Amino acid sequence: MLLKIKELRASVKDTEILKGINLKVNRGEVHAIMGPNGSGKSTLANLLSGREGYEATGGEVLFDGKNLLDMSTEERACQGLFLAFQYPVEIPGVSIANFLKSAVNDIRAYHGLSKIDAMEFLTLAKDKMKMLDMDSKFLRRSVNDGFSGGEKKRNEVFQLSMLNPRLAVLDETDSGLDIDALKIVANGVNRFHTKENGVVLITHYQRLLDYIAPDFVHVLVKGRIVESGGKELALHLEKHGYDWAIKSKKRVN
Amino acid sequence: MQKDDYEGKFGSKDQQETLKRITKSDYKYGFTSDIETDTIPKGLSEDVVRMISAKKNEPEFMLEWRLRAYRHWLSMIEPTWPHVSYSAIDFQDIIYYAAPKKKAKLDSLDEVDPKLRATFDKLGISIEEQKRISGVAVDAIMDSASVATTFKKDLSKLGIIFCSFSEAIRNHPELIRKYMGTVVPYTDNFYAALNSAVFSDGSFCYIPKGVRCPMELSTYFRINTANTGQFERTLIVAEEGAYVSYLEGCTAPMRDENQLHAAVVEIVSHKDAEVKYSTVQNWYPGDEKGRGGIYNFVTKRGICHKNAKISWTQVETGSAITWKYPSVILKGDRSIGEFYSVAVTNNYQQADTGTKMIHLGENTHSTIISKGVSAGYSQNSYRGLVKVAKNAKNARNFSQCDSLLIGDQCGAHTFPYIEVNNPTAKVEHEATTSKVGEDQIFYCNQRGISTEDAISLIVNGYCKEVFRELPMEFAVEAQNLLAVSLEGSVG
Ligand SMILES: Nc1ncnc2c1ncn2[C@@H]1O[C@H](COP(=O)(O)OP(=O)(O)OP(=O)(O)O)[C@@H](O)[C@H]1O
Ligand SMILES: [Mg+2]
Repeated sequence: MLLKIKELRASVKDTEILKGINLKVNRGEVHAIMGPNGSGKSTLANLLSGREGYEATGGEVLFDGKNLLDMSTEERACQGLFLAFQYPVEIPGVSIANFLKSAVNDIRAYHGLSKIDAMEFLTLAKDKMKMLDMDSKFLRRSVNDGFSGGEKKRNEVFQLSMLNPRLAVLDETDSGLDIDALKIVANGVNRFHTKENGVVLITHYQRLLDYIAPDFVHVLVKGRIVESGGKELALHLEKHGYDWAIKSKKRVN
Repeated sequence: MQKDDYEGKFGSKDQQETLKRITKSDYKYGFTSDIETDTIPKGLSEDVVRMISAKKNEPEFMLEWRLRAYRHWLSMIEPTWPHVSYSAIDFQDIIYYAAPKKKAKLDSLDEVDPKLRATFDKLGISIEEQKRISGVAVDAIMDSASVATTFKKDLSKLGIIFCSFSEAIRNHPELIRKYMGTVVPYTDNFYAALNSAVFSDGSFCYIPKGVRCPMELSTYFRINTANTGQFERTLIVAEEGAYVSYLEGCTAPMRDENQLHAAVVEIVSHKDAEVKYSTVQNWYPGDEKGRGGIYNFVTKRGICHKNAKISWTQVETGSAITWKYPSVILKGDRSIGEFYSVAVTNNYQQADTGTKMIHLGENTHSTIISKGVSAGYSQNSYRGLVKVAKNAKNARNFSQCDSLLIGDQCGAHTFPYIEVNNPTAKVEHEATTSKVGEDQIFYCNQRGISTEDAISLIVNGYCKEVFRELPMEFAVEAQNLLAVSLEGSVG
């Protein structure tokens, strides 16, 4: 199993946000997590990647059998965990090329591999950019600096395809994309996805799931997964709203 | 001085043989001479100044000049306006003349402090070079001697003079008399006066009319000058239409027991000439608690005649306290002055650095790009003056002063002074202060980039505009240097 989250509780600034999350992701699976604003979706993503200020107060997370919560952020990344940010950070002065080359090389070094050949890197990067319909001029631009909302999201998926992790968590990567960009980005994710890796999509919109078919859909409300199902669950949510999921949860209780 | 004898000697074959013998045998005794065992008592007086001049066998005019400087220095008070603080310097507790101290000679690199070696490796300094810097006695010294010899031959064919300052006083007194003190008079400031009275040695460089110096002139090629001493003096003269690119310093960490360093650099760029002066300064900054470390109080100034250009590029990472304002006097019409600076401070370092651009001629242009990076508990100040004189029609200046903070215990300060006395002048000043954000580091970490590499990426990206101005090999080393200097700056 790729990811196993068991009874995970987490706080931000002493406020409990995640109140016992259970989630299992196998290789080859795509999971979608939906839920109202402020329900804790990004908190889960941040916690998985080890962001400071997000504290696990209970439960456990196993990544490929290893205790994820014991690892540093960069170790998690080197182990193959990737987070596409809801709000990608701008790093003025640092070109995407240099940034990604550092990432590729630091991950390679972690696995005892030598640095990537500069030509090989460039060829790979241009190839991936073409797939995502990005101008290769982007390689020389500063990371996310002055990018439009859509460009930032596309850049996240570009990095995903370059780093080729084992588990990708995409936090609202579809927000802010126009219809054409949505298709291109979804195509990028689909190209990345194989039997060997897993994808967790955090989204508010069913339309993303038209392009990336999820194996499972989970509804996160107030720090708990209140409903899980197949992709039809997303359609149902679209029709009936989260209220329905909350009420159905109450019925169960 | 022993070093000059050495330099003067390696031209002749006999002496080269001697040198070879000495460097191969017991190095410790190789250079013992009357002069070397000579030191003078602590403190400064007219007698001390006379003694220094006598020991260096200087002509009368030089002694006179030193004495005038000394007498003037007595009338001056130590400046307190820089944004730095340190306990008072006891000028009577300093030895003003000592033959250059020989570094302890080691048999192999294994004897070198492993911490220092690790730094060398991170900087990408070659094994041969590591040996040279740390004073391991090897044949490599001979190699660099022969490199330097060939190098000197090539230069002299073009009429270029590149030698130690003492050598220049003896061999080219007319040039020294003509130019010394014309750009930085001994009356200029407290430390310039002190330097003028007691300067130990330094470099002299002269490029004749119309000659483009075909290689970067580096103090590195003037072998055995690693210990030029605490009161260094440099004079560069580019005649009409000449060009030279001059490199000072090296990225390797430099230790010195002398705490006070007060250097003077003067540049004269004649009509249509261009001088590019690049510095990497990495003197010992003190330990992480702020103990020890060099005080580096430098006066650097150039004068541009008609159509001439001077560019200062500096990367400052060392010293406990840095106090330095490489300046350009734009005297000639259409002359150009440039200043590109990266000043990095970490731990308890303090830097007060910047430039002065003095526009006197018409249509003169100046550009100032200053990048301050502060980490730890350090204080980093930019202090710059742009002055446009009454007759400087159409003068232009563009200044950009950026500060980058790492952590929240450090300080960055900007003190821009602008004096415009001609209404046609156009002076632009931009300043920004930014922080290396935790979210930026986290973003990098999430991509597998270590915090150290992340800082290095961000800082190097931030300093790009300045590094671009450095000669290629220097730029790569300087980038590594930044990474090393900022090590441990983020928890
Ligand atoms: N760094 C933080 N500081 C303070 N509160 C935080 C922080 N991060 C999350 N929270 C709080 O935790 C709760 C969950 O936020 P989170 O960002 O996880 O929601 P979300 O489900 O991703 O919402 P959205 O759909 O709007 O992106 C919110 O109440 C939010 O204000
Ligand atoms: Mg969110």
